[in-house]
Amino acid sequence: MSNPQPVLELRGLFAGYGEMEILHDINIHVDKDEVVAIIGPNGAGKSTAIKAVLGLLNIRNGKILLENTEITDTPPEKVVTKGISYVPQTHNVFVNLSVEENLEMGAWTRSEGIVERLEEMYVLFPDLREKRKQAAGSLSGGQRQMVAMAKALMVDSKVLLLDEPTAGLSPKYRAEIFETIQKINGEGVPILIVEQNAKQALGIANRGYVLVDGTNRFTGTGAELLADREVARMFLGGRD
Amino acid sequence: MWTSFGFEFVNFYLIPGLVLGCIYALGAIGITLTFGILRFANFAHGEVMMTGAYLTWTISTLAGSLLGWALHPLIAAIPAVLAAIGILILIDRYFYKPFRDAPTIMVVMASFGMMLVVRSTVQFIWGPNQLTFVKGIDRPNEAVRQFTADFDMMLLVPNKHFWIMAGTIIIMLGFTYLLERTRIGKAMRAVSDSPDLASVTGIDVEAVVRATWIVGGFCAVAAGVFLAMDIQFLETTMGFRMLLPMFAAAILGGIGRPFGAVFGGLIIGLAEELSAYPWIGDAPLISPGYKTGVAFSIMIIMLIVRPSGLFKGRTF
Amino acid sequence: MDQLLGLLLYFFSLLTVGGIYALLALGLNVQWGFAGLFNVGIAGFAAVGAYTYAILTTDTSPFHYGGLGIPLVFGGVAAMLLSGVIAGIIGVICIRLRADYLAIATIGIAEIIKLFLKNQTDLTNGPRGINKIPRAWEHLSEERFYTSAPMTWITDAAGWEAFFASLPRWWWQPMFTITVLLFVFGVYLLLERARLAPWGRMMTAIRENEHAAQAAGKDVTRRRIEAFILGAVIMGMAGAFFAQHLRLIDPTNTFDAAKLTFLIWVMLIAGGSGNNRGAILGAFLIWTIWSGSELVINSSVEIIANYQDLFDVGVLRTRAGYLRMLLIGILLQFILQRYPSGILPESRPAAIGKQ
Repeated sequence: MSNPQPVLELRGLFAGYGEMEILHDINIHVDKDEVVAIIGPNGAGKSTAIKAVLGLLNIRNGKILLENTEITDTPPEKVVTKGISYVPQTHNVFVNLSVEENLEMGAWTRSEGIVERLEEMYVLFPDLREKRKQAAGSLSGGQRQMVAMAKALMVDSKVLLLDEPTAGLSPKYRAEIFETIQKINGEGVPILIVEQNAKQALGIANRGYVLVDGTNRFTGTGAELLADREVARMFLGGRD
Repeated sequence: MWTSFGFEFVNFYLIPGLVLGCIYALGAIGITLTFGILRFANFAHGEVMMTGAYLTWTISTLAGSLLGWALHPLIAAIPAVLAAIGILILIDRYFYKPFRDAPTIMVVMASFGMMLVVRSTVQFIWGPNQLTFVKGIDRPNEAVRQFTADFDMMLLVPNKHFWIMAGTIIIMLGFTYLLERTRIGKAMRAVSDSPDLASVTGIDVEAVVRATWIVGGFCAVAAGVFLAMDIQFLETTMGFRMLLPMFAAAILGGIGRPFGAVFGGLIIGLAEELSAYPWIGDAPLISPGYKTGVAFSIMIIMLIVRPSGLFKGRTF
Repeated sequence: MDQLLGLLLYFFSLLTVGGIYALLALGLNVQWGFAGLFNVGIAGFAAVGAYTYAILTTDTSPFHYGGLGIPLVFGGVAAMLLSGVIAGIIGVICIRLRADYLAIATIGIAEIIKLFLKNQTDLTNGPRGINKIPRAWEHLSEERFYTSAPMTWITDAAGWEAFFASLPRWWWQPMFTITVLLFVFGVYLLLERARLAPWGRMMTAIRENEHAAQAAGKDVTRRRIEAFILGAVIMGMAGAFFAQHLRLIDPTNTFDAAKLTFLIWVMLIAGGSGNNRGAILGAFLIWTIWSGSELVINSSVEIIANYQDLFDVGVLRTRAGYLRMLLIGILLQFILQRYPSGILPESRPAAIGKQ
């Protein structure tokens, strides 16, 4: 199952905040063109795993590799320049900036082709074109999520990290977000997504990881995990 | 109407109030930017204003004695601005930057220390006595006086007040352009909005910090020079005296809201001057000795009623 | 022999001022060290204490309100109370907001207090200040005290005059110094008890983790206001002693808002904030450095004056004081960056629920 050269790899990672260790021996990788979902109960360390990639955590042991180059302990603003785009779960847009200004900020590390990329984003997120002069803070939750994703994609991403992109959204928007994620992936961007809505996430994912108590519990293709009775009992029952 | 009320009110209260408001507004821009972007109340800001005015005085005096040039203070202010920005960036590098990841109160304390360090340095170099910034009495602009007198609305505005108001408007236009149209200006707003998101977006926060000092320093020196032009002398406590009204202006306008700070500055300036108008009877409503108290009272009322300010700035 | 006596009296005087600074530093320690409250209006609270004491206890004067004939002790108590009340008002308004706002509000209140003292000339004699403030012990030899109760119960005016004539002129100095130091010790004991009591532990808990303390049902705001008031009360007391030591106070020079406040901050940070002994040590240490540096700088200026005549040394003489302030400022920056916990770091009492 393992590809010779994953785009992003978390190898044997032990990490946490300050003295508190949250992740114990996490192994996750994302291959070219893949959508990979991380699911698991609350407090399992799903979002923490993504934040570790961003350089927001104390890493005790293990490695983070981007295209086989080690990026462990790179500070957040440098991680972006290496081609990792990240959409935080909350507070993921600059509320006082217009939609277009948000996208321009997303392109901070980009030196050329900003106008073209902006146009591509408006094609990918048609709703945003008409709202481009509006303050991002005035948009609805779903639209903000779109702005946040477009903002993250303004650079040439090697991989896109999404932290619970559908949390708190209505079912209609949730479906739209998952659709967009597939569209983005269709453009050739590998995606690592952390999700509460396990069923839908695994539905679009090539592969999935189930984290429990900060460590790998189950790994498999989206379909395998959806079919797994224990996974279903633990996380899928009652949801959606 | 004009003779009984307007003449006195407009010429002796309203216009001076606007002029003072312009000075506060420029000063408050720096305060609110530092508060919004670096997230601390910078107590040394008034001292930057004062130092800028002293540097301007020195440059124009040197130009006068060495080269025989009579520089307008606004020309002499240009190198002073550059020097002040240099000083600010050095102060940031050695005294504020070490506390970037520490609790904010550490850097507030450092800035409080810098306030005295900068002031003592100026006192040591230039001495404690007042210096004359501009000699003589600045008479009201004759053309304006005659023109308005023809309409029976005589305005007595000295040239220095025109310079100050025009200067403030030009700086404000430039500042607006910077924040709304340039990449670094938008990034300043972005960092002010959320430093964490700015950092994971890849924005070079240190570049934004430098830009903040440049813009804040520029406006502070402009404010200091305008103040010196207005009162025509320099003293080492002039910055500290402005500090409280500037904080009041920044809080009134909403922390992290530069345009709010400008509005707040104008309100505070007007309130201070108009509070001395004999609204009731013949005596000033509030004794001029308590002018600073007006700014403080507005600030306290604001903190009680609406700590986020008029333009919904950040509350902590 | 006279020289030795002079030196001894100077030493007592230094010790007195050191003690007053120690009181101010202890007051600040309650606010900052215990509760994490950033007060930059120390000079204001000290001024309230000093002026309250002065106005209540000073003899009738054509220049300001006075002649109330209130006993010195009550003057001191009133000084503490008024300082505490002002702190309470500021606290209620600002403590729920972030620390920076309290800093701005306190520097503001210090300025307003100064404005008030400068402008209310009927009450305070304005910028010229209040003179002849009665000093504890020394006041006993003033006629208005020994000619009234309770001193008249012991002996009559002539008896007292003879008694004071038999004492050396400086008899009160050691008594006054010891009184100040006893107060420092008393406040220290009180604060140590408070620190180790549940109240102090709660303050630590709040500072460590406000949300957890709040969640545990602690009234965080109330505790903080209490600490702010307690600190201000101590500062008011220090102000009353300051007025007695100086006997002449004015709003501008005596209570130069930024400088007095700043010096106290350097003392607390250098000594070790959160540590009462650190506050006292810092106060005496920085006060020694402060008064010692005056000697050093002044004598350096004289040495320069002897060996060169390139520039006017008179200028240097008048400006040497600013150099001192500059150096103390740099010292604070150095301590803040290198030794933020000071000479005597805080030793934390065990948190609530842990042993």
